Amino acid sequence: MSKAVEALSARIQTRFSDHVVTHTALGELTVEVPAQQLLSVAQALRDEEEFFFEELLDVCGVDLLTYGEAEWDTVSASCTGFSRAVGKPHKIKTQPQDGQRFAVIYHLLSVKNNQRVRLKVMLDEAHLIIDSLVGLWACADWYEREAFDLFGIMFKGHPDLRRLLTDYGFIGHPFRKDFPLQGNVEMRYDTEKRRVVYEPVSIEPRTLVPRVIRAEHAVKSVTEGGG
Amino acid sequence: MPEIRNYTLNFGPQHPSAHGVLRLVLELDGEVIERADPHIGLLHRGTEKLAESKPYNQSIPYMDRLDYISMMCNEHGYVLALEKMLGIVAPQRAQYIRVMFDEITRILNHCMWLGAHALDIGAMTVFLYAFREREDLMDVYEAVSGARLHAAYYRPGGVYRDLPDSMAKYQPSKWHKQKEVDRLNENRQGSLLDFIEDFTRRFPTYVDEYETLLTDNRIWKQRTVGIGVVSPERALQMGFTGPMLRGSGIEWDLRKKQPYAVYDQLDFDIPVGVTGDCYDRYLVRIEEMRQSNRIIKQCVGWLRNNPGPVMLDDHKHVPPKREEMKGNMESLIHHFKLFTEGYALPEGEVYTAVEHPKGEFGVYLVSDGANKPYRLKIRAPGFPHLAALDEMSRGHMIADVVAIIGTQDIVFGEIDR
Repeated sequence: MSKAVEALSARIQTRFSDHVVTHTALGELTVEVPAQQLLSVAQALRDEEEFFFEELLDVCGVDLLTYGEAEWDTVSASCTGFSRAVGKPHKIKTQPQDGQRFAVIYHLLSVKNNQRVRLKVMLDEAHLIIDSLVGLWACADWYEREAFDLFGIMFKGHPDLRRLLTDYGFIGHPFRKDFPLQGNVEMRYDTEKRRVVYEPVSIEPRTLVPRVIRAEHAVKSVTEGGG
Repeated sequence: MPEIRNYTLNFGPQHPSAHGVLRLVLELDGEVIERADPHIGLLHRGTEKLAESKPYNQSIPYMDRLDYISMMCNEHGYVLALEKMLGIVAPQRAQYIRVMFDEITRILNHCMWLGAHALDIGAMTVFLYAFREREDLMDVYEAVSGARLHAAYYRPGGVYRDLPDSMAKYQPSKWHKQKEVDRLNENRQGSLLDFIEDFTRRFPTYVDEYETLLTDNRIWKQRTVGIGVVSPERALQMGFTGPMLRGSGIEWDLRKKQPYAVYDQLDFDIPVGVTGDCYDRYLVRIEEMRQSNRIIKQCVGWLRNNPGPVMLDDHKHVPPKREEMKGNMESLIHHFKLFTEGYALPEGEVYTAVEHPKGEFGVYLVSDGANKPYRLKIRAPGFPHLAALDEMSRGHMIADVVAIIGTQDIVFGEIDR
């Protein structure tokens, strides 16, 4: 299995030379593609005999805004113990691709060659637009609508980029890290107005288990360890 | 002469054959579908966002609530992702138990699908028959996990506990006399494995019953043959997986092609359709039930002869036994740490997929080294299937939309997430 992944990785690297960066971890191949090259790389991966990724399994957005942030300081645990309360989030480490906030991840599957590949495209917050893959794989339609809905990523050339999962008239992009977990508005039926009304949310945010990043894991990363 | 206009019809979200909360805006030309626009999200609970705020283990019960017809298969996908990241492998016995329950879940799912699909099309009896079998299997769920539906039974590192030695029995009551209770309890005298084995002996005849009612039924064939035909090329284009893909004639099953757990040690066949219509997908799923039954039989045989641990002994990820905690300081610390902070995953990303009854259930997990996922993306098999509803139903009659929704095996828990 891992040999085939290595071979595929080498093939992709030679085919697209310096346009892409490939790395394998845990027996999975990730190909980092610049946003401008996405269409041509995807087209080649779909159509060329040696790749033949005829199926697009998944498209999703990732917001890297709070990557590596912990709420609980454990560095000095041995001498002073844990802080008693959940602290303000503070960055322990930075994301691998510093400066670019969003990523779009594509998972491709080749039924013919029984292989998978993951494409990763980094996007800047100021320029949150990427080519749509609807022309290559029809199922990209809904996946891109979902990514647009949840993260606000625009897909150039998408025929019908509407919200998909959120309510009609929803404001904001709920899966962004700066969107609160409890949301901004809540909804109830008003008996006097005899319709549904939206009000500012009344739930207080709280952290039941603080987010901690362990030093022992901060050193060891999957990519470095090499699956 | 009055002007003839297309009109738009709102189907659901409270329509009984909308399978929960599907709102479908249909553009009609007379009774022919011009365009179908599914509006989803009415069951969107933000599972993926919620998971970001919880330690890893606390999200396992959320997995049950995704596709609430095939609970344990969802758990399997998620647990495999965690195990792959942690670099741990569940004990052999746990893997057999998982496979057995995955297949029980497949039968549960296909029974539900068959009942609902037949009911949508107008056959009442199949639904009652299918639910009779689901009842037995939900008792099996209850026996291992204490819950009939939302089991939360799988854990990274194994399953929560070993199979019980006895099966719950019916008690006599005002409505059930002793004689009737004795009859109901006949196959519940032994262990859980005895009960499951008895079920696997009975189940093929039940499948024959369903087939007697449907396979050669003229009405059933009129409603399904040639409806919602998908060519193999289009099926791949539209991201189909599972029975939807196999119904179109593509032999693709993760249990065979990319085996996980112990599927590579079991003997089973993959049914494949020919024409890619609703009837072929029906035949594929019926045969899958028989194959699942075969797998369960093999698992029962193996589990009988191979006792052993069902959970790893690695207390950095798996909580220690209650008794150990009482006498051992280290176990107490492990327990405390696991239930307050949880375990941290190494930094990185992983995608695992399992052959869920509906297709490929994938879990994409990004970790930044914390005790909570940084991002969790669930690849729900039903999502691309429903997206293809427009293409599948174009040019069909309005009643065929119901057959197509039925054949897609739509469950909104996973599509809306």
